[in-house]
Amino acid sequence: MADEDSSEAEQLSDMQKIEIAKWFLLNSPAGEIQYVSKDLKTILKDDNVHNLAALEAFPEYNKSHMICLELPDRSGDVIITSFSEVAENEYLDPRTAQVAIVDHVKQACTEARPASDEELPSSYIEEFRCALDAEIMKYVSEAYPKGICAVYCVKGKDVEEPGSDFEFVMVISAARLSPQNYCNGSWRSIWTIEFNDEDQLVEIKGKLQVGAHYFEEGNVQLDAKHECRDSTLLQNPEDSALAITNIIRQKETEYLASLEASYLKLPDTTFKDLRRKLPVTRTLFPWHSTMQFSLTRDIAKELTIRK
Amino acid sequence: MEAAMGLMRRIHPKHTDTALSALLSLMPQHSSDLLSQVDQPLQVLCDEEIGKEFILCEYNRDADSYRSPWTNKYQPPLDDGLYPSSELRNLEIEANEVFAVYCDQYYEGGISSVYMWEDDNEGFVACFLIKKDGSRSGHGRRGYLLEGQWDAIHVIEVGPEDEGTSKYCLTSTVMLSLTTNNDMSGTFSLSGSIRRQVYFGKTREMVCTLRPPAEVAMMRLPES
Repeated sequence: MADEDSSEAEQLSDMQKIEIAKWFLLNSPAGEIQYVSKDLKTILKDDNVHNLAALEAFPEYNKSHMICLELPDRSGDVIITSFSEVAENEYLDPRTAQVAIVDHVKQACTEARPASDEELPSSYIEEFRCALDAEIMKYVSEAYPKGICAVYCVKGKDVEEPGSDFEFVMVISAARLSPQNYCNGSWRSIWTIEFNDEDQLVEIKGKLQVGAHYFEEGNVQLDAKHECRDSTLLQNPEDSALAITNIIRQKETEYLASLEASYLKLPDTTFKDLRRKLPVTRTLFPWHSTMQFSLTRDIAKELTIRK
Repeated sequence: MEAAMGLMRRIHPKHTDTALSALLSLMPQHSSDLLSQVDQPLQVLCDEEIGKEFILCEYNRDADSYRSPWTNKYQPPLDDGLYPSSELRNLEIEANEVFAVYCDQYYEGGISSVYMWEDDNEGFVACFLIKKDGSRSGHGRRGYLLEGQWDAIHVIEVGPEDEGTSKYCLTSTVMLSLTTNNDMSGTFSLSGSIRRQVYFGKTREMVCTLRPPAEVAMMRLPES
Protein backbone atom coordinates (compact mmCIF):
# COMPACT_ATOMS: atom_id res chain seq x y z
CA MET A 1 0.00 0.00 0.00
CA ALA A 2 2.83 2.34 0.89
CA ASP A 3 4.23 1.83 -2.59
CA GLU A 4 0.96 2.77 -4.23
CA ASP A 5 0.82 5.94 -2.16
CA SER A 6 4.31 7.00 -3.06
CA SER A 7 3.89 6.45 -6.78
CA GLU A 8 0.76 8.57 -6.65
CA ALA A 9 2.59 11.14 -4.60
CA GLU A 10 5.30 11.70 -7.14
CA GLN A 11 2.61 13.03 -9.41
CA LEU A 12 1.12 15.44 -6.90
CA SER A 13 0.04 18.52 -8.79
CA ASP A 14 0.97 22.00 -7.58
CA MET A 15 -2.69 22.50 -6.69
CA GLN A 16 -2.60 19.46 -4.42
CA LYS A 17 0.63 20.62 -2.84
CA ILE A 18 -0.87 24.03 -2.17
CA GLU A 19 -3.93 22.43 -0.57
CA ILE A 20 -1.74 20.30 1.71
CA ALA A 21 0.45 23.26 2.65
CA LYS A 22 -2.64 25.35 3.41
CA TRP A 23 -4.00 22.59 5.65
CA PHE A 24 -0.79 22.59 7.70
CA LEU A 25 -0.73 26.38 7.94
CA LEU A 26 -4.38 26.65 8.98
CA ASN A 27 -3.93 23.95 11.60
CA SER A 28 -0.97 25.68 13.23
CA PRO A 29 -1.44 26.23 16.96
CA ALA A 30 -1.64 29.80 18.29
CA GLY A 31 1.50 31.77 17.53
CA GLU A 32 3.16 28.98 15.57
CA ILE A 33 2.23 29.58 11.95
CA GLN A 34 5.61 31.15 11.12
CA TYR A 35 7.42 28.03 12.37
CA VAL A 36 5.07 25.78 10.42
CA SER A 37 5.59 27.92 7.35
CA LYS A 38 9.36 27.63 7.65
CA ASP A 39 9.25 23.84 7.96
CA LEU A 40 6.88 23.63 5.01
CA LYS A 41 9.22 25.70 2.89
CA THR A 42 11.98 23.17 3.58
CA ILE A 43 9.73 20.24 2.74
CA LEU A 44 8.09 21.69 -0.38
CA LYS A 45 11.37 22.84 -1.97
CA ASP A 46 9.22 25.04 -4.20
CA ASP A 47 8.98 28.71 -3.22
CA ASN A 48 6.23 29.39 -5.69
CA VAL A 49 3.94 26.73 -4.23
CA HIS A 50 4.86 27.83 -0.73
CA ASN A 51 4.09 31.48 -1.43
CA LEU A 52 0.73 30.73 -3.01
CA ALA A 53 -0.29 28.59 -0.04
CA ALA A 54 0.89 31.26 2.40
CA LEU A 55 -1.00 34.03 0.59
CA GLU A 56 -4.23 32.07 0.95
CA ALA A 57 -3.73 30.60 4.41
CA PHE A 58 -2.25 33.48 6.42
CA PRO A 59 -5.22 35.87 6.14
CA GLU A 60 -7.62 33.11 7.17
CA TYR A 61 -5.40 32.02 10.07
CA ASN A 62 -4.78 35.59 11.26
CA LYS A 63 -8.52 36.28 11.31
CA SER A 64 -9.57 33.05 12.98
CA HIS A 65 -6.84 33.40 15.62
CA MET A 66 -7.68 37.09 15.99
CA ILE A 67 -4.03 38.07 16.11
CA CYS A 68 -3.14 41.52 17.42
CA LEU A 69 -0.74 43.77 15.52
CA GLU A 70 0.78 46.96 16.83
CA LEU A 71 -0.21 50.12 14.97
CA PRO A 72 2.74 51.96 13.38
CA ASP A 73 2.30 54.99 15.65
CA ARG A 74 2.27 52.68 18.70
CA SER A 75 -1.13 54.03 19.73
CA GLY A 76 -2.34 50.49 20.38
CA ASP A 77 -3.03 47.14 18.74
CA VAL A 78 -5.41 46.39 15.93
CA ILE A 79 -7.15 43.02 16.11
CA ILE A 80 -7.34 41.08 12.86
CA THR A 81 -10.89 39.69 12.62
CA SER A 82 -13.52 39.26 9.97
CA PHE A 83 -15.59 41.85 11.90
CA SER A 84 -12.94 44.54 11.55
CA GLU A 85 -12.08 43.80 7.92
CA VAL A 86 -12.96 46.79 5.70
CA ALA A 87 -11.06 45.67 2.62
CA GLU A 88 -8.50 43.08 1.71
CA ASN A 89 -5.53 43.71 4.05
CA GLU A 90 -7.36 46.60 5.76
CA TYR A 91 -8.65 46.39 9.32
CA LEU A 92 -10.50 48.97 11.36
CA ASP A 93 -9.41 49.90 14.86
CA PRO A 94 -12.60 51.55 16.12
CA ARG A 95 -10.99 52.94 19.29
CA THR A 96 -8.53 55.14 17.41
CA ALA A 97 -10.74 55.41 14.28
CA GLN A 98 -7.84 54.22 12.16
CA VAL A 99 -7.63 51.65 9.43
CA ALA A 100 -4.52 49.50 9.62
CA ILE A 101 -2.97 48.19 6.43
CA VAL A 102 -1.43 44.83 7.16
CA ASP A 103 0.96 42.37 5.59
CA HIS A 104 -0.69 39.06 6.43
CA VAL A 105 2.28 36.82 5.73
CA LYS A 106 4.69 38.96 7.73
CA GLN A 107 1.98 39.43 10.36
CA ALA A 108 2.76 43.11 10.63
CA CYS A 109 0.90 46.38 10.28
CA THR A 110 2.76 48.38 7.68
CA GLU A 111 0.83 51.64 7.79
CA ALA A 112 -2.40 53.20 9.01
CA ARG A 113 -4.79 55.80 7.71
CA PRO A 114 -7.67 57.65 9.37
CA ALA A 115 -10.96 55.81 8.88
CA SER A 116 -13.39 57.48 6.49
CA ASP A 117 -16.82 58.59 7.69
CA GLU A 118 -18.45 55.72 5.79
CA GLU A 119 -16.35 53.24 7.71
CA LEU A 120 -17.40 54.57 11.10
CA PRO A 121 -20.81 54.28 12.81
CA SER A 122 -23.16 57.20 13.31
CA SER A 123 -22.71 59.34 16.42
CA TYR A 124 -25.82 57.75 17.97
CA ILE A 125 -24.35 54.24 17.60
CA GLU A 126 -20.91 55.46 18.55
CA GLU A 127 -22.27 56.54 21.95
CA PHE A 128 -23.31 52.95 22.73
CA ARG A 129 -20.12 51.54 21.24
CA CYS A 130 -17.76 53.85 23.12
CA ALA A 131 -19.54 53.31 26.43
CA LEU A 132 -19.32 49.53 26.00
CA ASP A 133 -15.70 49.74 24.86
CA ALA A 134 -14.75 51.71 27.98
CA GLU A 135 -16.43 49.22 30.34
CA ILE A 136 -15.03 46.20 28.51
CA MET A 137 -11.52 47.69 28.55
CA LYS A 138 -11.75 48.03 32.31
CA TYR A 139 -12.87 44.43 32.65
CA VAL A 140 -10.23 43.06 30.26
CA SER A 141 -7.39 44.94 31.96
CA GLU A 142 -8.48 43.45 35.28
CA ALA A 143 -9.06 39.90 34.06
CA TYR A 144 -6.42 39.37 31.37
CA PRO A 145 -2.74 40.14 31.90
CA LYS A 146 -2.30 40.61 28.15
CA GLY A 147 -5.77 40.89 26.72
CA ILE A 148 -6.72 43.06 23.78
CA CYS A 149 -10.36 43.86 23.11
CA ALA A 150 -12.46 45.79 20.64
CA VAL A 151 -16.13 46.51 19.99
CA TYR A 152 -17.31 46.59 16.37
CA CYS A 153 -20.68 47.61 15.00
CA VAL A 154 -21.61 44.89 12.50
CA LYS A 155 -25.23 45.82 11.77
CA GLY A 156 -27.11 49.10 11.71
CA LYS A 157 -24.08 51.38 11.97
CA ASP A 158 -25.95 54.21 10.26
CA VAL A 159 -28.89 54.19 12.68
CA GLU A 160 -29.33 57.79 13.89
CA GLU A 161 -31.96 57.53 16.60
CA PRO A 162 -33.99 55.08 18.72
CA GLY A 163 -36.41 52.91 16.77
CA SER A 164 -34.09 50.58 14.87
CA ASP A 165 -32.09 47.45 15.65
CA PHE A 166 -28.31 47.31 15.62
CA GLU A 167 -25.68 44.75 16.48
CA PHE A 168 -22.19 44.81 18.00
CA VAL A 169 -19.47 42.19 18.15
CA MET A 170 -17.03 42.41 21.03
CA VAL A 171 -13.86 40.36 20.81
CA ILE A 172 -11.17 39.59 23.35
CA SER A 173 -7.90 38.10 22.20
CA ALA A 174 -5.26 37.09 24.70
CA ALA A 175 -2.21 35.07 23.76
CA ARG A 176 0.72 33.95 25.80
CA LEU A 177 3.50 32.82 23.53
CA SER A 178 6.63 31.36 24.96
CA PRO A 179 8.21 29.22 22.26
CA GLN A 180 11.57 29.16 24.06
CA ASN A 181 9.77 27.34 26.89
CA TYR A 182 7.93 25.11 24.41
CA CYS A 183 4.54 26.41 25.32
CA ASN A 184 1.96 28.65 23.69
CA GLY A 185 -1.64 29.38 24.45
CA SER A 186 -4.50 31.62 23.50
CA TRP A 187 -7.92 32.71 24.71
CA ARG A 188 -10.44 34.03 22.23
CA SER A 189 -13.87 35.39 23.08
CA ILE A 190 -16.42 36.52 20.52
CA TRP A 191 -19.51 38.15 21.97
CA THR A 192 -22.41 39.04 19.68
CA ILE A 193 -24.59 41.76 21.18
CA GLU A 194 -27.95 42.44 19.52
CA PHE A 195 -29.86 45.57 20.46
CA ASN A 196 -33.54 44.85 19.70
CA ASP A 197 -35.66 47.94 19.59
CA GLU A 198 -39.06 46.24 19.41
CA ASP A 199 -38.81 44.24 22.65
CA GLN A 200 -36.29 46.66 24.23
CA LEU A 201 -33.88 43.79 24.89
CA VAL A 202 -30.18 43.21 24.39
CA GLU A 203 -29.41 39.61 23.39
CA ILE A 204 -25.90 38.46 24.22
CA LYS A 205 -24.26 35.36 22.77
CA GLY A 206 -20.74 34.26 23.54
CA LYS A 207 -18.30 31.88 21.87
CA LEU A 208 -15.21 31.17 23.91
CA GLN A 209 -12.24 29.21 22.69
CA VAL A 210 -9.15 28.28 24.64
CA GLY A 211 -6.11 26.50 23.27
CA ALA A 212 -2.80 25.51 24.77
CA HIS A 213 0.19 23.71 23.29
CA TYR A 214 3.03 22.22 25.25
CA PHE A 215 5.71 20.57 23.19
CA GLU A 216 8.84 19.87 25.13
CA GLU A 217 9.70 16.28 24.14
CA GLY A 218 6.16 15.76 23.02
CA ASN A 219 3.03 17.38 21.76
CA VAL A 220 0.24 18.03 24.22
CA GLN A 221 -2.68 20.21 23.25
CA LEU A 222 -5.76 21.53 24.94
CA ASP A 223 -8.67 22.58 22.82
CA ALA A 224 -11.71 23.83 24.70
CA LYS A 225 -14.80 25.53 23.38
CA HIS A 226 -17.88 26.90 25.02
CA GLU A 227 -20.99 28.77 23.98
CA CYS A 228 -23.39 30.69 26.18
CA ARG A 229 -26.11 33.31 26.00
CA ASP A 230 -28.02 35.75 28.14
CA SER A 231 -30.04 38.95 27.76
CA THR A 232 -30.62 42.27 29.48
CA LEU A 233 -32.86 45.29 29.12
CA LEU A 234 -32.06 47.97 26.59
CA GLN A 235 -31.14 51.12 28.50
CA ASN A 236 -29.13 54.27 27.87
CA PRO A 237 -25.60 53.75 26.54
CA GLU A 238 -23.82 53.88 29.94
CA ASP A 239 -26.24 51.58 31.78
CA SER A 240 -26.38 49.15 28.86
CA ALA A 241 -22.59 49.01 28.76
CA LEU A 242 -22.45 48.25 32.47
CA ALA A 243 -25.12 45.55 32.29
CA ILE A 244 -23.55 43.88 29.23
CA THR A 245 -20.07 43.93 30.76
CA ASN A 246 -21.40 42.42 33.98
CA ILE A 247 -22.98 39.55 32.06
CA ILE A 248 -19.79 38.96 30.08
CA ARG A 249 -17.67 39.08 33.22
CA GLN A 250 -19.94 36.63 34.98
CA LYS A 251 -20.11 34.19 32.05
CA GLU A 252 -16.37 34.21 31.46
CA THR A 253 -15.64 33.77 35.14
CA GLU A 254 -18.04 30.83 35.28
CA TYR A 255 -16.39 29.28 32.25
CA LEU A 256 -12.90 29.66 33.67
CA ALA A 257 -14.12 28.02 36.88
CA SER A 258 -15.59 25.12 34.91
CA LEU A 259 -12.33 24.76 32.98
CA GLU A 260 -10.44 24.60 36.23
CA ALA A 261 -12.95 22.07 37.49
CA SER A 262 -12.35 19.99 34.37
CA TYR A 263 -8.63 19.97 35.14
CA LEU A 264 -9.21 19.14 38.77
CA LYS A 265 -11.53 16.31 37.82
CA LEU A 266 -8.94 14.87 35.44
CA PRO A 267 -6.77 12.92 37.86
CA ASP A 268 -9.51 11.61 40.11
CA THR A 269 -12.44 11.00 37.83
CA THR A 270 -11.97 11.63 34.13
CA PHE A 271 -8.66 9.81 33.93
CA LYS A 272 -10.10 6.89 35.84
CA ASP A 273 -11.95 5.78 32.75
CA LEU A 274 -8.57 5.55 31.04
CA ARG A 275 -6.15 4.60 33.76
CA ARG A 276 -6.44 4.61 37.52
CA LYS A 277 -3.75 6.08 39.76
CA LEU A 278 -3.98 3.00 41.93
CA PRO A 279 -5.20 -0.44 40.97
CA VAL A 280 -8.74 -1.49 41.76
CA THR A 281 -7.36 -2.94 45.00
CA ARG A 282 -6.25 0.58 46.03
CA THR A 283 -2.74 -0.66 46.76
CA LEU A 284 0.30 -0.49 44.54
CA PHE A 285 0.62 -3.27 42.01
CA PRO A 286 2.27 -6.23 43.72
CA TRP A 287 4.95 -7.04 41.17
CA HIS A 288 6.27 -9.92 43.24
CA SER A 289 3.06 -11.85 43.68
CA THR A 290 1.12 -11.26 40.53
CA MET A 291 0.10 -14.84 39.98
CA GLN A 292 -2.28 -14.71 42.89
CA PHE A 293 -4.21 -11.96 41.12
CA SER A 294 -4.12 -13.84 37.92
CA LEU A 295 -5.88 -16.71 39.67
CA THR A 296 -8.57 -14.56 41.23
CA ARG A 297 -9.09 -12.86 37.93
CA ASP A 298 -9.53 -16.13 36.11
CA ILE A 299 -11.99 -17.33 38.75
CA ALA A 300 -13.92 -14.07 38.57
CA LYS A 301 -14.11 -14.36 34.81
CA GLU A 302 -15.28 -17.96 35.01
CA LEU A 303 -17.98 -16.91 37.45
CA THR A 304 -19.28 -14.11 35.26
CA ILE A 305 -19.39 -16.44 32.29
CA ARG A 306 -21.43 -18.96 34.25
CA LYS A 307 -23.84 -16.31 35.42
CA MET B 1 12.99 14.90 7.90
CA GLU B 2 13.79 17.40 10.64
CA ALA B 3 11.25 19.82 9.21
CA ALA B 4 8.67 17.03 8.94
CA MET B 5 9.15 16.07 12.58
CA GLY B 6 8.94 19.76 13.45
CA LEU B 7 5.52 19.91 11.82
CA MET B 8 4.35 16.78 13.60
CA ARG B 9 5.28 18.40 16.91
CA ARG B 10 2.98 21.32 16.19
CA ILE B 11 -0.07 19.78 14.55
CA HIS B 12 -2.82 18.82 16.98
CA PRO B 13 -2.48 15.14 17.89
CA LYS B 14 -6.08 14.53 16.80
CA HIS B 15 -4.91 15.34 13.24
CA THR B 16 -1.91 12.99 13.32
CA ASP B 17 -3.37 10.65 10.70
CA THR B 18 -4.14 13.43 8.22
CA ALA B 19 -0.80 15.12 8.79
CA LEU B 20 1.10 11.89 8.35
CA SER B 21 -0.58 10.95 5.08
CA ALA B 22 -0.03 14.51 3.81
CA LEU B 23 3.67 14.26 4.60
CA LEU B 24 3.86 10.81 3.00
CA SER B 25 2.49 12.22 -0.22
CA LEU B 26 4.76 15.28 -0.13
CA MET B 27 7.93 13.36 0.61
CA PRO B 28 7.50 9.74 -0.51
CA GLN B 29 11.27 9.23 -0.44
CA HIS B 30 11.10 9.44 3.37
CA SER B 31 8.08 7.20 3.83
CA SER B 32 9.79 4.53 5.92
CA ASP B 33 11.40 7.15 8.18
CA LEU B 34 8.08 8.90 8.62
CA LEU B 35 6.22 5.71 9.41
CA SER B 36 8.75 4.65 12.02
CA GLN B 37 9.30 8.04 13.66
CA VAL B 38 5.81 9.45 13.87
CA ASP B 39 3.82 8.16 16.82
CA GLN B 40 0.53 6.79 15.60
CA PRO B 41 -2.40 5.41 17.56
CA LEU B 42 -2.01 1.70 18.21
CA GLN B 43 -3.97 -0.77 16.09
CA VAL B 44 -5.31 -4.12 17.26
CA LEU B 45 -6.02 -7.44 15.62
CA CYS B 46 -7.95 -10.41 16.96
CA ASP B 47 -6.07 -13.67 17.39
CA GLU B 48 -8.68 -15.84 15.74
CA GLU B 49 -7.43 -19.04 17.26
CA ILE B 50 -8.31 -17.99 20.80
CA GLY B 51 -10.50 -14.97 20.09
CA LYS B 52 -8.34 -12.52 22.01
CA GLU B 53 -7.15 -9.15 20.77
CA PHE B 54 -3.50 -8.15 20.56
CA ILE B 55 -1.71 -4.91 19.73
CA LEU B 56 0.17 -4.33 16.50
CA CYS B 57 3.46 -2.51 16.32
CA GLU B 58 6.75 -2.56 14.46
CA TYR B 59 8.07 -5.04 17.02
CA ASN B 60 5.73 -7.91 16.21
CA ARG B 61 5.51 -7.25 12.50
CA ASP B 62 7.15 -9.36 9.83
CA ALA B 63 6.26 -8.48 6.24
CA ASP B 64 2.50 -7.85 6.39
CA SER B 65 1.87 -10.26 9.26
CA TYR B 66 1.78 -9.69 13.00
CA ARG B 67 2.75 -12.21 15.69
CA SER B 68 0.17 -12.78 18.41
CA PRO B 69 1.65 -12.86 21.93
CA TRP B 70 -1.05 -15.32 22.98
CA THR B 71 -0.38 -18.12 20.49
CA ASN B 72 3.01 -17.05 19.08
CA LYS B 73 1.52 -17.37 15.60
CA TYR B 74 1.65 -14.88 12.77
CA GLN B 75 -1.57 -13.51 11.42
CA PRO B 76 -2.04 -13.86 8.49
CA PRO B 77 0.14 -17.01 8.63
CA LEU B 78 3.74 -16.57 7.58
CA ASP B 79 6.05 -19.37 6.51
CA ASP B 80 9.40 -18.00 7.55
CA GLY B 81 8.45 -15.46 10.22
CA LEU B 82 10.89 -14.44 12.92
CA TYR B 83 10.37 -15.84 16.42
CA PRO B 84 12.12 -15.18 19.74
CA SER B 85 14.25 -18.01 21.19
CA SER B 86 12.32 -20.45 23.36
CA GLU B 87 13.96 -19.02 26.48
CA LEU B 88 12.89 -15.51 25.57
CA ARG B 89 9.45 -16.75 24.50
CA ASN B 90 8.94 -18.19 28.00
CA LEU B 91 9.82 -14.82 29.48
CA GLU B 92 7.46 -13.21 27.00
CA ILE B 93 4.60 -15.53 28.00
CA GLU B 94 5.14 -14.72 31.66
CA ALA B 95 5.43 -10.99 30.99
CA ASN B 96 2.17 -11.09 29.03
CA GLU B 97 0.39 -12.81 31.90
CA VAL B 98 1.69 -10.34 34.47
CA PHE B 99 1.06 -7.35 32.26
CA ALA B 100 -2.51 -8.46 31.51
CA VAL B 101 -3.16 -8.41 35.25
CA TYR B 102 -1.47 -5.02 35.58
CA CYS B 103 -3.61 -3.72 32.74
CA ASP B 104 -6.74 -5.05 34.39
CA GLN B 105 -5.87 -3.50 37.72
CA TYR B 106 -4.97 -0.04 36.48
CA TYR B 107 -7.08 0.30 33.38
CA GLU B 108 -10.16 -1.78 34.21
CA GLY B 109 -10.22 -3.14 30.69
CA GLY B 110 -8.08 -2.32 27.76
CA ILE B 111 -5.68 -4.50 25.83
CA SER B 112 -2.08 -5.27 26.63
CA SER B 113 0.66 -7.01 24.69
CA VAL B 114 4.32 -7.66 25.41
CA TYR B 115 6.85 -8.55 22.74
CA MET B 116 10.45 -9.59 23.21
CA TRP B 117 13.26 -10.21 20.82
CA GLU B 118 17.01 -10.67 20.82
CA ASP B 119 19.05 -7.72 19.66
CA ASP B 120 22.42 -7.71 17.95
CA ASN B 121 24.45 -7.12 21.11
CA GLU B 122 23.67 -10.30 23.08
CA GLY B 123 20.96 -8.47 24.94
CA PHE B 124 17.25 -8.30 24.34
CA VAL B 125 14.50 -5.78 23.88
CA ALA B 126 11.05 -5.89 25.41
CA CYS B 127 8.14 -3.82 24.26
CA PHE B 128 5.14 -3.31 26.58
CA LEU B 129 1.99 -1.99 24.98
CA ILE B 130 -1.34 -0.90 26.40
CA LYS B 131 -4.38 0.38 24.59
CA LYS B 132 -7.48 1.55 26.36
CA ASP B 133 -10.65 3.05 24.94
CA GLY B 134 -12.22 4.85 27.86
CA SER B 135 -15.09 6.46 25.99
CA ARG B 136 -18.71 5.94 26.89
CA SER B 137 -19.07 3.62 23.93
CA GLY B 138 -15.85 1.79 24.74
CA HIS B 139 -14.56 0.53 28.08
CA GLY B 140 -15.29 3.64 30.13
CA ARG B 141 -17.11 2.39 33.19
CA ARG B 142 -18.13 5.76 34.50
CA GLY B 143 -19.21 7.40 31.27
CA TYR B 144 -17.19 10.57 31.80
CA LEU B 145 -15.65 10.64 28.37
CA LEU B 146 -17.18 11.43 25.04
CA GLU B 147 -13.96 10.20 23.55
CA GLY B 148 -10.93 8.83 25.32
CA GLN B 149 -7.89 6.91 24.17
CA TRP B 150 -4.79 5.92 26.08
CA ASP B 151 -2.03 4.31 24.05
CA ALA B 152 1.20 3.49 25.82
CA ILE B 153 4.41 2.09 24.39
CA HIS B 154 7.27 1.20 26.70
CA VAL B 155 10.41 -0.14 25.09
CA ILE B 156 13.08 -1.57 27.34
CA GLU B 157 16.48 -2.38 25.90
CA VAL B 158 18.54 -4.68 28.07
CA GLY B 159 22.23 -5.01 27.35
CA PRO B 160 24.63 -7.15 29.39
CA GLU B 161 27.66 -5.37 30.78
CA ASP B 162 30.59 -6.91 32.62
CA GLU B 163 30.50 -8.62 36.03
CA GLY B 164 26.94 -9.86 35.79
CA THR B 165 25.42 -6.42 35.52
CA SER B 166 23.12 -5.16 32.80
CA LYS B 167 22.16 -1.81 31.43
CA TYR B 168 18.47 -1.03 31.05
CA CYS B 169 17.17 1.73 28.84
CA LEU B 170 13.49 2.56 28.94
CA THR B 171 11.71 4.75 26.40
CA SER B 172 8.11 5.48 27.22
CA THR B 173 5.64 7.04 24.85
CA VAL B 174 2.13 7.79 25.95
CA MET B 175 -0.46 9.03 23.50
CA LEU B 176 -3.55 10.34 25.09
CA SER B 177 -6.67 11.97 23.85
CA LEU B 178 -9.83 12.76 25.72
CA THR B 179 -12.89 14.89 25.18
CA THR B 180 -15.52 15.67 27.74
CA ASN B 181 -18.69 17.47 26.96
CA ASN B 182 -21.26 18.96 29.26
CA ASP B 183 -23.53 21.98 29.32
CA MET B 184 -21.59 23.89 31.91
CA SER B 185 -18.15 23.70 30.43
CA GLY B 186 -18.75 22.98 26.75
CA THR B 187 -16.28 20.67 25.06
CA PHE B 188 -12.96 20.11 26.74
CA SER B 189 -10.51 18.26 24.61
CA LEU B 190 -7.04 17.37 25.70
CA SER B 191 -4.65 15.25 23.76
CA GLY B 192 -1.03 14.68 23.26
CA SER B 193 1.87 12.37 23.13
CA ILE B 194 4.97 12.56 25.17
CA ARG B 195 8.15 10.58 24.99
CA ARG B 196 10.54 10.12 27.84
CA GLN B 197 13.73 8.23 27.93
CA VAL B 198 15.12 7.09 31.18
CA TYR B 199 18.38 5.30 31.69
CA PHE B 200 18.55 2.95 34.60
CA GLY B 201 22.17 2.24 35.24
CA LYS B 202 23.24 -1.24 36.15
CA THR B 203 20.18 -2.67 37.75
CA ARG B 204 18.42 -5.90 37.28
CA GLU B 205 15.15 -4.79 38.78
CA MET B 206 13.34 -4.60 35.50
CA VAL B 207 9.90 -4.70 36.97
CA CYS B 208 10.47 -1.57 39.00
CA THR B 209 11.10 0.38 35.84
CA LEU B 210 7.66 -0.38 34.48
CA ARG B 211 5.89 2.53 36.15
CA PRO B 212 6.02 5.04 33.32
CA PRO B 213 7.34 8.48 34.23
CA ALA B 214 5.35 9.92 31.35
CA GLU B 215 2.10 9.84 33.29
CA VAL B 216 3.44 12.42 35.70
CA ALA B 217 4.44 14.66 32.84
CA MET B 218 0.97 14.43 31.32
CA MET B 219 -0.49 16.09 34.37
CA ARG B 220 1.75 19.12 34.20
CA LEU B 221 -0.03 21.18 31.61
CA PRO B 222 0.65 24.82 31.00
CA GLU B 223 -1.95 27.24 32.19
CA SER B 224 -2.97 29.93 29.84
